[in-house]
Amino acid sequence: MLNVAQLARIELNKLEQKKFADQLGAVLSNFELLNKINTTNIEVTSQVAGLSNIFRKDEIKNPVGEKIRDDLLSNCPQVEDGSIKVPEVFDFGGKK
Amino acid sequence: MSDLFRLSIKEASEGLMSGSFKPTELLDSVVKRIKTVEPNINAFITKTLDTAREEAKKSDQRYETKRILSVLDGVPVAIKDVFCTEGVKTTAASKILENFIPSYDATVIKKLKDAGAIIVGKVNTDEFTMGSSTENSAFGVTHNPWDLSRVPGGSSGGSAAAVSADECLFALGTDTGGSIRQPSSFCSVTGLKVTYGLISRNGVISYASSFDTIGPIAKSAADVALILNVIAGNDPMDSTTVRSNLPDYSSFLNKKIKGKKIGVPKEFFGQGIDPEVNKIIENSLETLKSLGAEVEETSLPSTDLAIAMYYIIAKSEASSNLARYDGIRYGKSEIENLESKVNNLIELYFSNRTLGFGDEAKRSIMMGTHTLSSGYHDAYYKKASQIRTLVKKEYEEAFRKYYALITPVSPFPAFKIGEKIDDPLTMYLADANTVPINPAGIPAMSVPAGFTKENLPVGMQIIGPHFGEGQIIEVADAFQEATDFHKKKPNL
Repeated sequence: MLNVAQLARIELNKLEQKKFADQLGAVLSNFELLNKINTTNIEVTSQVAGLSNIFRKDEIKNPVGEKIRDDLLSNCPQVEDGSIKVPEVFDFGGKK
Repeated sequence: MSDLFRLSIKEASEGLMSGSFKPTELLDSVVKRIKTVEPNINAFITKTLDTAREEAKKSDQRYETKRILSVLDGVPVAIKDVFCTEGVKTTAASKILENFIPSYDATVIKKLKDAGAIIVGKVNTDEFTMGSSTENSAFGVTHNPWDLSRVPGGSSGGSAAAVSADECLFALGTDTGGSIRQPSSFCSVTGLKVTYGLISRNGVISYASSFDTIGPIAKSAADVALILNVIAGNDPMDSTTVRSNLPDYSSFLNKKIKGKKIGVPKEFFGQGIDPEVNKIIENSLETLKSLGAEVEETSLPSTDLAIAMYYIIAKSEASSNLARYDGIRYGKSEIENLESKVNNLIELYFSNRTLGFGDEAKRSIMMGTHTLSSGYHDAYYKKASQIRTLVKKEYEEAFRKYYALITPVSPFPAFKIGEKIDDPLTMYLADANTVPINPAGIPAMSVPAGFTKENLPVGMQIIGPHFGEGQIIEVADAFQEATDFHKKKPNL
């Protein structure tokens, strides 16, 4: 449970670990139902659109410019000089 | 004239065309209605009544100068809060997107605007459309207009409740496993889940990309046909959309269904179904027989596998889709509140996601992370994708023989708020009748079919073949010509 939460970038407190483990355990045991079915030689279905390889020209269609850039950046929690600002990627133990 | 908000699209369009009233008058009536009932219903997350007013004035002019854009010109619509709307907050009912303002319109929103429809606001949903009750919303629960102590269904609960309570003339919803049909059933409105690929998903926040569809929730099958004519069709921005020409869906209205073969799959009438629901669907089948349809029992044996198959694939796809929400480029970020505690980027991801997502989103992400993880992928995801083939083939077989299939939408009517929220498995199992349709990619509609002794609505599901929306509309319209369940209104 903790490993999955770690992979999903979600922190769980002790209460949540217990709650989610119970709930997901119940759902996963329901999934066991499928193991009774022999699926040897059955193809997988991953999409139902019945389409394949839809291409378009590699060209810019949307207007580019400061307005669209400003609109997009206006949603960013932290911006500096027209760029998105994030904390350091590697933690060198330095104090923030 | 004071009750304009009660009108269907068809009726409103006739009134607007004949000059009996203007789009601003229609909007005024709807706004007044919203003010009256919204404190009890809570369908809206964001109202856009000022912009709506400006747009309605423009529509007034178009009617005066006879330059009407479409049958939807001047018609008030509510939008599920997962469709990107330029300049208007789009939250997916999640804290992590509570401040997100899209810089563009989803393709269907653009189509509605180009058709002159008047957007009155963004309505409630389960967070990221994950749920069957609209209780998984970060912005409070929506109440069922037929019984305020009950859920409206979900995830398009805000859309269905808003149409049912006459807070708009129609709404857009999304359906990944029943999210249009089940709330339509609970609220006694007509909702269509379309064939995968009929309507563009561009600009709509994803849950499970191979199941997600967009569709209308309206007051009749006839109205659904009118909306579909505007929003269906190919979109270069969504490469899964249909390439061929589509019919005029209103050409399927006012038809006779004499001699049409209708299959009733027995697996949908098994244990766990409320006897009153059973009876109401039986009565509906009698109505169809009286119209000349040939109704017979059939079987879809893989139905019992559909829940497990559906949830494995849906949650796997969801965990991938929700990986993008990290509060860096947009959305809620803890960076300012917690700056002293966040030392690096990964800690920021953890903070933003832990505080931004609600329980069902977290469950989905963790379940999908598990079923896709190395060593489990074949046992879960691959197995489910093979079962999906079995389910899909059974429907293809059935439609060689039948014009449409009919089942109950939900095994029971609307349940009490809070009744099932702590038991996700029970909540998932309640979707048994609607989830098989999305993996098969076919269309299905919820049509008001009657009321229980407690006056709770029950919906009938009409299922059609791939791109058989016309057939469904034909059967639904014939049923609605013969019944008046869809015209009944809740006491508000």
